[in-house]
Amino acid sequence: MEVGKKLLLLLAAGTVLWMLGVSLPRGVNPYVLQIAILCGINIILAVGLNLINGFAGQFSIGHAGFMAVGAYVSAAFTFYMGRSWVAAHSGSGVPDAWLAAGCLFVGLLLGGIAAALAGLVVGLPSLRLRGDYLAIVTLGFGEIIRVILLNVEAVGAARGFADIPAWSNLTWILFWVAITIAVCWNLVHSTHGRAFISVREDEVAAEALGIDTTRYKVIAFVIGAFFAGVAGGLFAHYLAYLHTNSFTFVKSIEIVIMVVLGGMGSITGSVVAAIVLTILPEALRPVKDYRMVIYSLLLIGLMLVRPQGLFGTRELTLSGLRRLWRPRRAPGALG
Amino acid sequence: MPTGSEASSGLVLEHVTHYFGGLKAVDDLCLEIQPGELFGLIGPNGAGKTTVFNLITGVYTPTAGTIRLGARTLNGEASGRVCRAGVARTFQTSRLFRSMTVFDNVRTALHPGAHPPLLDSVLRTAASGRAEARISAQATALLGEFDLQAVAGRPAGELPYGEQRRLEIARALATAPRVLLLDEPAAGLNHSESAALMELIQWIRERYRLTILLIEHDMRVVMGVCERIAVLDYGRLISTGAPAEIRRDPKVIEAYLGEEIPPGS
Repeated sequence: MEVGKKLLLLLAAGTVLWMLGVSLPRGVNPYVLQIAILCGINIILAVGLNLINGFAGQFSIGHAGFMAVGAYVSAAFTFYMGRSWVAAHSGSGVPDAWLAAGCLFVGLLLGGIAAALAGLVVGLPSLRLRGDYLAIVTLGFGEIIRVILLNVEAVGAARGFADIPAWSNLTWILFWVAITIAVCWNLVHSTHGRAFISVREDEVAAEALGIDTTRYKVIAFVIGAFFAGVAGGLFAHYLAYLHTNSFTFVKSIEIVIMVVLGGMGSITGSVVAAIVLTILPEALRPVKDYRMVIYSLLLIGLMLVRPQGLFGTRELTLSGLRRLWRPRRAPGALG
Repeated sequence: MPTGSEASSGLVLEHVTHYFGGLKAVDDLCLEIQPGELFGLIGPNGAGKTTVFNLITGVYTPTAGTIRLGARTLNGEASGRVCRAGVARTFQTSRLFRSMTVFDNVRTALHPGAHPPLLDSVLRTAASGRAEARISAQATALLGEFDLQAVAGRPAGELPYGEQRRLEIARALATAPRVLLLDEPAAGLNHSESAALMELIQWIRERYRLTILLIEHDMRVVMGVCERIAVLDYGRLISTGAPAEIRRDPKVIEAYLGEEIPPGS
């Protein structure tokens, strides 16, 4: 009964996502669609980074590095193996679109796993380093990845990796946004989530209570990096072209800003901030040259007014919204 | 009838020495605390009392000597493992998870003993639901015993000082220890609060059948609840014994107490 209900809910959610993904692109112009897709990718990145920075309290500024690992690994897979596999099985009765979808799924998983392994490697120094020292290590990691990719001939080196199969679309991105949010939400609202937060709040006390702080720091890095890798893969198969310039330090900072602005330790905050910060630079296009000036001023203003971020550590929930909307009755009005 | 093996099932420190650079913070300390004993550790500021706690709980590794709980050697173990071996502690300055609720502070401490596999929590399986329910039930019961259920939903950092201290003890007990180390639990408490604390410490020992090791400057509390007391000065053990003996020991009076405390104070 309980399981059946859950399955039905999942199925319904899946159908809605699929219909959204299929119907939206027809109704809107490609520019708006592209912004929607970038919103989705940024949500995955920001929610994953929030697990590391917001919940586990480990300051990482190398998230674009994980994204790059996922992007290049998944793109290399579909470019060198996936495409020929789809061609070989074409006409076997299974529609090509399905074959491509299966291939993309495997590619995204491989990209995610590769990024997660990178997360494991970067997570290990976090056992010894704290705060700004760790930040420098993650920054260095991001740059190392970028420079390495810039020199690998098989993925286009400095020319960029062109001709990647353009199999990604809004449906896929909505699907992974949903997965990312569901996994991170369930995790931080469980007993494991409290272990993450205890590491952030007071590592010595957490350790003294028997919490394996080492394990939780590494887990945060691995899961955050996995989703960054998937986001990278989605990005690669949407643009069909990759260049290391997309994964510079600036991109990492952009994601950090989303997490900080939304609230360190608020998943819905990261979602809202990712959407706002993706749309804002586009919405400011009419002011031309002053665009980035206004963008920066808005950020500074927001940080002055709400230093804890838009949401702080709170979450935006349906029941919370309902409470907000319902007209408040004065306590005396009943008598 | 106490036998040799039973006597060694308590907390034992053998020739424990610890240096901070050239400073000998703990000097050849030997202590044997019996299971179920309420043991006090006193001495002037800087005598090395908190260092002893940090050595026992694995924050520091002793330069020399061994620390054992029963047959298990604790020195060299990380503090997480020491805790899982059955030694819980509180801190001199409160180290609560301040932004977490009172309830969640206790639930966090229950985590190592009762958490479901990570994947279960991600998938919200029935098993993870049962584990969460068990943790919540235990936390609720513990908060009830410590009279904190009324503030369960408030952030720990917002509690009045006395309740914060009580919560810290409750949180330490949530790890199901055999030995509880209390580092100056009466510091900053007023007269009636420290009297209530004395009752609480004795009640905890009876209720949870624990060995308790207590660092305290409030002589009324130490003399009132401890069965045996060890006195440290410059990292060295200068006296051990029942409160009445410690009170009269000229070495202790010279190093720490200053003047003889009249009996019955």
